[in-house]
Amino acid sequence: MAEGILCNKSPINTKEELYALLNDKSGKQYYQQMKDLEVDGDALWATIQKSMKSRLKTWLEICAHCGMCADSCFLYLANDKDPKQVPSYKIQSTLGEIVKRKGQVDNEFMRHVMDVAWSQCTCCNRCGMYCPFGIDMGVMFSYLRGLCFTQGFVPWEMKIGSGMHRVFRAQMDVTSEDWVDTCEWMAEEYEDDWPGLTIPVDKEDADIIYTVNAREPKHYPEDLAEAAILFHLAGENWTVPSEGWEETSLAMFAGDWEGCKLQVESVYDAIIRLRPKRMVVTECGHAYRATVIEGPYWTGRKSGQPPVETLHYVEWVAEALRTGKIKIDPAKKIKEPVTYQDSCNYIRNAGLGDIAREIMSYIAEDFREMKPNREHNFCCGGGGGFNGIGCYREQRNKGLIVKRDQILETGAKLVISPCHNCWDAIRDLEEVFKIGIRWSFLKPLLIEMAIVPEHLKVQEEEEEA
Amino acid sequence: MYAFVTGPLAWLAFGIFFIGLIYRAVWYIRGLDWKADRVAYTEYPSYGFRGAVRSIFFWLIPFGTRSWRFYPGMTILFFVFHIGLLFTPVFLRAHNMILAERWGFSLPVISDTTADFLTIIVLAAAVFIILRRIALPEVRNLTTAYDILLIVITAAPFLTGLFAYHHIGNYQFWLIVHILSGEIWLIAIPFTKLSHFLLFFMSRAQLGMDYGIKRGGMKSKGLAW
Ligand code: HEM
Ligand code: HEM
Repeated sequence: MAEGILCNKSPINTKEELYALLNDKSGKQYYQQMKDLEVDGDALWATIQKSMKSRLKTWLEICAHCGMCADSCFLYLANDKDPKQVPSYKIQSTLGEIVKRKGQVDNEFMRHVMDVAWSQCTCCNRCGMYCPFGIDMGVMFSYLRGLCFTQGFVPWEMKIGSGMHRVFRAQMDVTSEDWVDTCEWMAEEYEDDWPGLTIPVDKEDADIIYTVNAREPKHYPEDLAEAAILFHLAGENWTVPSEGWEETSLAMFAGDWEGCKLQVESVYDAIIRLRPKRMVVTECGHAYRATVIEGPYWTGRKSGQPPVETLHYVEWVAEALRTGKIKIDPAKKIKEPVTYQDSCNYIRNAGLGDIAREIMSYIAEDFREMKPNREHNFCCGGGGGFNGIGCYREQRNKGLIVKRDQILETGAKLVISPCHNCWDAIRDLEEVFKIGIRWSFLKPLLIEMAIVPEHLKVQEEEEEA
Repeated sequence: MYAFVTGPLAWLAFGIFFIGLIYRAVWYIRGLDWKADRVAYTEYPSYGFRGAVRSIFFWLIPFGTRSWRFYPGMTILFFVFHIGLLFTPVFLRAHNMILAERWGFSLPVISDTTADFLTIIVLAAAVFIILRRIALPEVRNLTTAYDILLIVITAAPFLTGLFAYHHIGNYQFWLIVHILSGEIWLIAIPFTKLSHFLLFFMSRAQLGMDYGIKRGGMKSKGLAW
């Protein structure tokens, strides 16, 4: 079997392999080697026979080709209603074809499949809601990505991402020490403004274990400080684990199911070790999807639930505002028109649409819904790893126009986006189209609006004395 | 000939139809795998049941879902076609007469005029479904010869039944062709994607359980289909 040094069928399990791949700028050699990567048709067929059960087989077989999924897909709409972008066509011409040919497909075909699987579907699962038979093509594309992964046909960034999880148990090279250092650094940095602020690491039996997205310690450490400030304001007894703190899963986007399992197990181990009452996940959609919704199944938990009750950050915020743990200064509510980006991963695929509206009712005076919204909302344009894949940047940018128009239609200049992927897509959208909007996570907005109780304020007099 | 097509061949067709559908149902349910599908099917029966029922119910109501409302033309075509498809043969007077003759029982029947009307409606809907497939680029691109063949198989008993009933052309000929086409119809259901006759309910229930148990059903009022 012809395999490249960088592009091959084996997942990345060591730092050396990982850095070798990272050093291949933009994956130039990687994609070059992919052109010679041999497809093992027999292995592919064996995998399909083992893993493809009646649900997927039925979906592939009974599709009526009625085309009612067409307009559900933002990529179809963004690409001038190109018939090649109809979800049914996309899956039938890739997965459907592989199955029809019993896995006997060639290199060129697999590279085409890779393009479709990562640049024509973000696994937002919207089409599944529009199919009369309930055929969820997002689920099928996710399965297809898994097949591609076993054959080595994976975008460079996704292969790296999966390797990161396998080597570092995080989507980026952030070690346990880096993480704990960042926690300490942030607590010190903000202590002057917030007396008594701490980021407790590995505290046992806390009420809340807080877990994050590795981008936060790596690129936006203030986000961690903001989370600490809000827990501090709310008087929560909380902690972060020194290991098992990463909720995200590029392995999920890559279709690396073994990597997914390893990553999620690290979080569950932390829960079991520290015995918190609940877990709260940061403002990230796919992190919640991976660790809370899909993770239990990857790790074989029959209950389909993580080891403790888990809240997405928006659920914790809604609860804190509802119960008055955090009080909003009415004078500081958002006065300007503001809209909310419903993340596919925790709104459509985890049922938190009402929670988002509840939060907006506490903090905004002129909340404008996008149309459509809640579980029917469109993907931001960058989900499923799309944001991060360099060679599909052009397609991603094109895909952003649906969200752009949705936002423009609300008339709002501020978009609240409690999801890293959506947040990035909307930032890029502004960069590309310059429509004059701002975007934000909830945390910084809440800190500005919250009433700080007397005993948590900086005591000026004492300092003078 | 008449004796043969209404005798052994009819037995065969109905036998294949029923056994085939039962086989399909058993095969589907046995192939559900909580770990591979990532849905804890049996852990939360009440959430699963609610999800499944909602997922089927809203889709059986004309304009009951966002998707049906989004494509009003298609929705009307679909419901007219399917209501005629299911209702007519079951409550047809001629069919029930045969039933009474052979089995000694029959169902309530509709008048022959109603039957004629429904038959023509089914045929007209079939024509429009085919035209839609040709007219809309996004549907044309999906359409295969197999799709057209299935529409033809589906509509054939209606056309031939109409000819026979109205004695258009040779009655004996059209009656035999009608019965044969009806038998092809029955046999095709379990073997082709006309199996959606049953699998529609299975597949919808599955996705409903997926949303009801795993994807938010336990934290919301249920997906707004
Ligand atoms: C398999 C055995 C079947 C037998 C023995 C049978 C027999 C008949 C007979 C005797 C008639 C009446 C013709 C007349 O008036 O002289 C008839 C009409 C009709 N049959 Fe069937 N049929 C069969 C299957 C089907 C199926 C599967 C369908 C539809 C899916 C169907 C749809 C119709 C319709 C729509 C008419 C009447 C058309 C009209 O009144 O305008 N038949 N059939
Ligand atoms: C309870 C029973 C049934 C249900 C719920 C059902 C449901 C559906 C649905 C959801 C579609 C796809 C959407 C669409 O194309 O509009 C469809 C298409 C279709 N069904 Fe059924 N069906 C049923 C029974 C049957 C039967 C018994 C037949 C004929 C043997 C049939 C023939 C067809 C055909 C030919 C199409 C394709 C229409 C097209 O080309 O667009 N259906 N059905």
